Amino acid sequence: MTDQSHTRFSVALNVNGVKRKTEVRSADILLDVLRNNFGLTGAKPGCLNGDCGSCTVLVNGWPIKSCMMLAVAASNTNIVTVEGLKGSATQRAFIEKNAFQCGYCTPGFIMNIEGLSAIHPDADDSIIEEWLQSNICRCTSYEEIKAAVYKVLGKKPEAGR
Amino acid sequence: MIGFDFEYYRPATSNEAVKLYESLQAQGKRPVYYAGGTEIVTFARLNQIETGAVIDINSIRECRVYQFNTSELVIGATVTLTHLAETSAFPLLSVTGGRVADHTARNQITIGGNICGEINYKEALLPFLLAESNVIIAGNNGYQDKPIMEAFNKRLQLEPGECLVQILTDRKYLNLPYFSVKKRKIDVIDYPLLTLTALKIDNTIRVAFSGLCGYPFRSREIETILNNHELSREERIEQTVLHLPAPVLDDWIGSAEYRLFVLKNTLEDMYLALEGESL
Repeated sequence: MTDQSHTRFSVALNVNGVKRKTEVRSADILLDVLRNNFGLTGAKPGCLNGDCGSCTVLVNGWPIKSCMMLAVAASNTNIVTVEGLKGSATQRAFIEKNAFQCGYCTPGFIMNIEGLSAIHPDADDSIIEEWLQSNICRCTSYEEIKAAVYKVLGKKPEAGR
Repeated sequence: MIGFDFEYYRPATSNEAVKLYESLQAQGKRPVYYAGGTEIVTFARLNQIETGAVIDINSIRECRVYQFNTSELVIGATVTLTHLAETSAFPLLSVTGGRVADHTARNQITIGGNICGEINYKEALLPFLLAESNVIIAGNNGYQDKPIMEAFNKRLQLEPGECLVQILTDRKYLNLPYFSVKKRKIDVIDYPLLTLTALKIDNTIRVAFSGLCGYPFRSREIETILNNHELSREERIEQTVLHLPAPVLDDWIGSAEYRLFVLKNTLEDMYLALEGESL
């Protein structure tokens, strides 16, 4: 990270395993830099208020709402966007289970589930529910999304759920 | 998009952070400390804060610790609420902090941010009030170690430039019987209508509240009432309502009358959980 004026920085962000250099304002949010500077438009601007989860990316393996993070604060981290997955088990499960309708929220859900399956591969229903509450699907494909999560984790729905 | 520019600094030590703050403040830049960033980014986007400089404290080593020393659990200010929820060293904190916002947000929200931010619920503070933890604050004269019960009065009492570095909690409080409930208006993710946490120490119950009044609190006067076994439980609960330290919130989440109704019922639940009998 090179400081040019304390308000603009030349940063190298590690995105999807590739170091990408760009100039950012200190006030730029990570979502805008991914989309506008790098052309990675998978992360979607939804509410821009940290509520909907459509902008979720992984930062050091954890799902983060990229509309809530300054890009300059993300230097020295490993960022993964949906473009970095390319045919992952989560993506295949979403297709197989028809876990989307309009698709706008899908990258955010997929990134959250990627994080979940890596951090809690044996997640029970309460953990799945807790994690997935961070994302909103206005088309209400929740049942299909849940089926995709079970597919990714290789589990069956628990009794009574 | 944030519609104004600010300077960004990432000091490596708390001393450097405090000096930076002093210098930037002297330049009229109204600096703010940045940890998780969710509140600052939100308020900046809405033009609800004006700052010319952000001091990111995430690279300060002592702010990142989560460890035990001889007698205490030491939690750095930039430890996230998710980290606290995923560890079981202080179950009351894991449960209470694990209900703030939503899971992905908690991957960013830090314990220091929850306690020092502008949003007045500060639910993750409550376990520390009950455990009478100490806070380590960095300032111009180095570190200060203060009991949180003295340092927190409606908000953490910090002088300009002071920065919360760590919270120290005596081991003896970490695994006591507890009760922690968050009541929301409707949904599973929202600000609290009422958050009530309680810790049972020997035969005494300590209680702390958020969402009830305009700030989180623990009241020794209320605890004296709640532990007065010369009164019936019903009388203790009625007396508690009469001794709240501030007006009950009356807003879009719930009317004051409804909050008091919820409070009374939740206190009954607390007694049932910690003393095993209903009214």
